[in-house]
Amino acid sequence: MNHKLSGNRWPLRAFHAAFVVFMLAPLLVVVLVSFTDKGYIALPFDGASWRWYRAILAAPDFIDAFWRSLALGAAAATLATVLAVPAGMAIAWHRFAGRDALLGLLLSPLMVPHVVLGIALLRFLTQIGASGSWWGLTAAHTVIVLPYVLRLVVAAATGFDRSVAQAAQSLGASGWTVFRRVELPLIVPGVAGGWLIAFINSFDELTMSIFVASAATQTLPVRMYNHIAHTIDPLLASVSTVLIVLTLAVMLVLDRFYGLDRVLSGKA
Amino acid sequence: MNDERNLLPYWLSAPGTLAMLAFVALPLVLTLGLSLYPFVPGTGVGEGLTATHYLDIARDEYFHTIFARTFGMALLVTAICVLIGVPEAYVLSRLSPRWRAASMVVVLGPLLISVVVRTLGWALLLGNEGVINKALLALGLISEPIKMMFTFTGVVVALVHVLVPFMVLAVWASLQKLDAATEQAAASLGAGPPTVLARIVFPQVIPGVLSGGLIVFALAASAFATPAIIGGRRLKVVPTTIYDEFLGNLNWPLGAALAAVLLVIVLAVSLGANRFVERRWKQVFQ
Repeated sequence: MNHKLSGNRWPLRAFHAAFVVFMLAPLLVVVLVSFTDKGYIALPFDGASWRWYRAILAAPDFIDAFWRSLALGAAAATLATVLAVPAGMAIAWHRFAGRDALLGLLLSPLMVPHVVLGIALLRFLTQIGASGSWWGLTAAHTVIVLPYVLRLVVAAATGFDRSVAQAAQSLGASGWTVFRRVELPLIVPGVAGGWLIAFINSFDELTMSIFVASAATQTLPVRMYNHIAHTIDPLLASVSTVLIVLTLAVMLVLDRFYGLDRVLSGKA
Repeated sequence: MNDERNLLPYWLSAPGTLAMLAFVALPLVLTLGLSLYPFVPGTGVGEGLTATHYLDIARDEYFHTIFARTFGMALLVTAICVLIGVPEAYVLSRLSPRWRAASMVVVLGPLLISVVVRTLGWALLLGNEGVINKALLALGLISEPIKMMFTFTGVVVALVHVLVPFMVLAVWASLQKLDAATEQAAASLGAGPPTVLARIVFPQVIPGVLSGGLIVFALAASAFATPAIIGGRRLKVVPTTIYDEFLGNLNWPLGAALAAVLLVIVLAVSLGANRFVERRWKQVFQ
């Protein structure tokens, strides 16, 4: 699979170029529109300005929602990691009755449409008197991002040589010491990649959060969706551009350390 | 090994398992229960058990249209993703490492960007005052704007953009497993490049195409933001209908019944296709 595209493969090159344009076009349009000096969406426009970036600073609800999404993503990714690391080690290193069923249960949020999870959690949290609560939202996000961490932990743990841990044990290390000094350091790259992917998935999540978040706990995607449902203005474009730039930074980190294809398909 | 050692995997996975049971399994079971309660306008959920919501969904023309639109849309999106995603994955595998790295970020990166942002981009492109119509008008190719917002076509185009990276990713993964020697062997025996592609490469990536197609289909059928923003009120799909019943009409039992039907169809398709892929794999690699 190492031959390059040769000259007579120009139809493939043209196809690739068209595909890249298709992938980039909607993002580029958002970035361009965000620099308009008009009060409405206009393309092409005459004057470029930072007007709509200053407008973000005058929109405290968007800024609050941004910090809330950031905190929610960090909390959910951390909780999911705490739950997924031991479970992932059990699945990767032990053969036990019910192992497949357990893996299925832990990955199940990937199979359930988020709109279904959203209404199920809205009903459940309402019944236990926790609707609109911060902890309910955090719990909901924790379970939906847990599969992403689990896949990467299992992949990292499966990949490493168990004889290292056995060697440490035979030299007299206790179970806890083996975990802390040998096993954990070896799976840390998988855990870190998993945390980051979990964070991004929580930060971007809209469909479930629409049902679970209250007016007081609106996340940024929910705030943006409610704004779009009302009106589409350049403020959305400038907020989106900020998100695109921030995501690009995370993307480059993930690509540099893991490879985007590996981390996204859960194989880092 | 003693008992303590045998129980270790259960202890290790207990916290995660409990979280899943409490916040996924239990709420889903309760939702199934909710769908069997009658709806009382004003107060919401009534007393007693009834199958009336399922009967409504099974009988009412209105729901038939919505389900047909949802799964027709999902099928079309999946087909287009196969048509453009498979060649793109192949092209990626043939690029020089430097170009490939850059192209990967462009092709897979959008998966990390919020669906709201990506759909906003399509709303800006597809509108009557949008970029595509303005450009076509300026070039004199059309005399009046083509309606693309709030149309089936518009939703399909935006959904393909949102979901095609999953297809590229799945096919790319199975291309990685491909043994280059099989291609060289075919070429050395006199097969031309098209024959090598059709007879050697494509059959080996079919499992990737199927698993990618499965992901795309399930996500397209359960997509909310893109159909809601690009399709609008008139072009309802099952997820937007569930949203309207739950948060608009406050008819929670009907919303729950719609959700149960959607979940069963998506799970049946996913598990059925999974089983099919596994059986095929066995036959091919025995």
